[in-house]
Amino acid sequence: MTPRERHVQALWNAVADGDHHAAAGTALEALEEGKGVESVLLGLIAPVQMKVGAEWAAGRMTVAQEHIATSVCGHATEMLVARRPAPATGRSLGRIVVTCSDREWHAFPARLLAVVLQLRGWHVDYLGAQMPTPHLIAHLRSGRPDAVALSSTTTARLPAAHAAVAACHALGVPVLVGGAGHGPGGRYAARLAADGWAPDAGAAADLLDKGVPGEPRPGHRTLEDLPHLADQEYTLVSLAASDIVKQVLFERGALDDGTAQERRETTERVTETVEALAASLYLDDSRVFLDALSWTVEVLARRAPSGSSAVPRLLDALTGRFADFDRTRAFLAEARSATA
Amino acid sequence: MSGHPPRTKHQILGTITPTWRLAPYPVLAVDPAGAVAGVNEAGRLLFAGAVPGTALADAVPGWLARAHQRFTERPPADPRDRIVRGKVGERFFEAHPTASGTLVLWWLMARADRPERDGLAGLLAAERERTSFLAAASRELSSLDVESCLDSTVALARYLADVALVVSPDGRRDYTAVQCGPEGRVRTGRLGLDPGDVPGLAEVLHGYPPVPSQWIAPDSVPGRFLCDGVGEPGSMMVTALADPGGPDSALVLVRRHDRPRFSEDEEEFARAFAALAGTALAAARRHAEQMSITEVLIQDLLPPRTRDLDGVVMAARYQTAGGGLRVGGDFYDVYPAAEPGGESMIVLGDVCGRGLKAAVLTGKLRTALGILQPVTTDHRELLDRLNTMVLLGGDPNTFVTLVLASVRHLGPRVQMRLTSAGHPAPLIVRGDGRVEEVPTAGTLIGALDDIDAVTASVELAKGETCLLHTDGVTEARGGPLGNEFFGDERLREELSRCGGMPPDALVERVHMLASEWIGDGFGDDMAVVAMGPRPERLPRDEGATAR
Repeated sequence: MTPRERHVQALWNAVADGDHHAAAGTALEALEEGKGVESVLLGLIAPVQMKVGAEWAAGRMTVAQEHIATSVCGHATEMLVARRPAPATGRSLGRIVVTCSDREWHAFPARLLAVVLQLRGWHVDYLGAQMPTPHLIAHLRSGRPDAVALSSTTTARLPAAHAAVAACHALGVPVLVGGAGHGPGGRYAARLAADGWAPDAGAAADLLDKGVPGEPRPGHRTLEDLPHLADQEYTLVSLAASDIVKQVLFERGALDDGTAQERRETTERVTETVEALAASLYLDDSRVFLDALSWTVEVLARRAPSGSSAVPRLLDALTGRFADFDRTRAFLAEARSATA
Repeated sequence: MSGHPPRTKHQILGTITPTWRLAPYPVLAVDPAGAVAGVNEAGRLLFAGAVPGTALADAVPGWLARAHQRFTERPPADPRDRIVRGKVGERFFEAHPTASGTLVLWWLMARADRPERDGLAGLLAAERERTSFLAAASRELSSLDVESCLDSTVALARYLADVALVVSPDGRRDYTAVQCGPEGRVRTGRLGLDPGDVPGLAEVLHGYPPVPSQWIAPDSVPGRFLCDGVGEPGSMMVTALADPGGPDSALVLVRRHDRPRFSEDEEEFARAFAALAGTALAAARRHAEQMSITEVLIQDLLPPRTRDLDGVVMAARYQTAGGGLRVGGDFYDVYPAAEPGGESMIVLGDVCGRGLKAAVLTGKLRTALGILQPVTTDHRELLDRLNTMVLLGGDPNTFVTLVLASVRHLGPRVQMRLTSAGHPAPLIVRGDGRVEEVPTAGTLIGALDDIDAVTASVELAKGETCLLHTDGVTEARGGPLGNEFFGDERLREELSRCGGMPPDALVERVHMLASEWIGDGFGDDMAVVAMGPRPERLPRDEGATAR
């Protein structure tokens, strides 16, 4: 085991146990071995936090454990920040606002970026998770930054991220986007008309080191970026979402089998799948929906077998309701052949 | 002409007799310096002043001279966009530029077939150009940021002149100047001279009618108004950027000596632009003033940063109902113990109503508690005094509910005294996930002359957390059915799976559940505070701070 693997293992154990002290101790040990604060953050804490997400997704960690683990990682990060070398005096490289889009709850990647940028000499305003766009704009008006870095870990939230990008552009502020929500290789990022994309905190900081993007095109409108939205399918599917969920889950005692936990899991999965369909239509990319659907099938099979029948019912309900929506119908046909 | 004067460069060029000289319609050749290099027979008949060596601007109408300038600076990619139309004498022409070596040839074609229509078409085209310029200008000027409004104004005004400046009073008996020259870069600095020394400037800044441009002598244009590449000034006009709510600014336009002077028509157009820019700038200035007033007032009303208390960890979440306002009727505050081992106090509450008005009352309550807390530790007495204060405020519709929590650590445990005044009961989450409601109840504040309150005592061990929340959490409407309350039962059920969570994770979890329950719907103000024993610290952990 390399020293790095040993540290990752030790930190993972501490995080899984919810042991703040052991986690802080491991992080400090890595720091004392001369790794530097940034490399401990990116090489040790980031991979462990990634693993937290993966373990939760795989159902090997409860929500409570995930929150505790994230809190432990956050604590270790704060402690490293407190130990960082005093910032070099002189001019800062510029000011960057680091934030998450509306309804984006996973703040950790953004927090990590904020810290890394500070270490590299940027002045950072870290606004945290789920920043409603009006609040973000109020902040930008109070003093214009050189750029906004916007994190999205959930693809279903990309429409909100796009709105945030357009609002920042209207004020002449360029936006970098990043986070797992942009899909493998950032394949959905291009749709948002942002000024740059980076897969993770280290890459985002590297991108900014190469130069802040220039002033963006002002005042672009949703329909100019995404002309397919003119067909209203995204709008109508979004508006019908809670109706569909109700129809699939609550009519005719569909959820009567299974435990309360299973019912909750099924409700969450079905709601998220419909949201993913809406995002799919927004981005005009069926993969968003297909990925969410296969994920739902997998999770329900594992965690809520009583809810598994909800998936075919959901596809039927969607097909019935949106029979005359061309793009929706095509996405649903793809989904049927994929899940068949 | 007598004798043989030395032949100029232009005459030498002229002797080459290229084919354009034989063209049956007017052709003008212009050299890189912007002077007439040659003209054919038809051209000589049309432009009497087009003697080789003459500056183009002195030889042809302004529209053609400007078109040449534009063509040499930035030729439009599409050849159709290079064509310009305009009047020479009483006739209308279409002018097509082509490049020939270092020369630019202007081919003029009379639109004689239907002169009236063409005349109107020419005017219409000019008018359209101006309209689309003004439309683009109002788009660019829509920012409510003063600085970018100024930058856009001078950059746009370069459409009308070689140098554009905005001169504004800086509020300290001096003036700032924002300037944009031919290179397109915007610079901001002090004006550095007395506006009285610049003809037309002081008049405009003091609200008098503008001085017509032809009254301003070119040699009175101050040197610092000129940018690199401008050379000698030819004409200047000064017009007001009127601000009905404050002092006016001035828009100064300067053209080079080799450009046509401002025509009456152009002056009128420049004034139309200045009116537009002035309105935008005035709106941006009012906005900035309001913002800075709001910012100062709001600073005191924002929720405090949570801080390290002696042996107690706390975390908080705060969210307002929506819009850009960052304060609302929900509040919390922390009053740390005066001495180590002493009792700290935390308050969380809810003023009826929303927005700034409710937030102002939360500010008063927080200040009052800050003053009272060192005087008395008795919750009943504190509530009594707050009640009197709110009643004296005189608004019969003002009510407040709140929870007071006094906390003190005793070794690894935390002792708490909790009192609710008409507020949702505090909840204790034990390590194994048991959720207990703290048995405290009392009258809400601001309704009755006499209040009642029952204080409860609670102890928290390692891994146990106390949660205070406002009804924004439990009355969050949404869920899969769209219009259901999140509710006490669902909150407790969720909390039962949060055993052992530290306060920061717990408040995040509760905030997230309630917000996700609301989804895209409308939420109310929401405040959540959690506290619990601080885990023992490792000696090497000293640098850590809780957020």
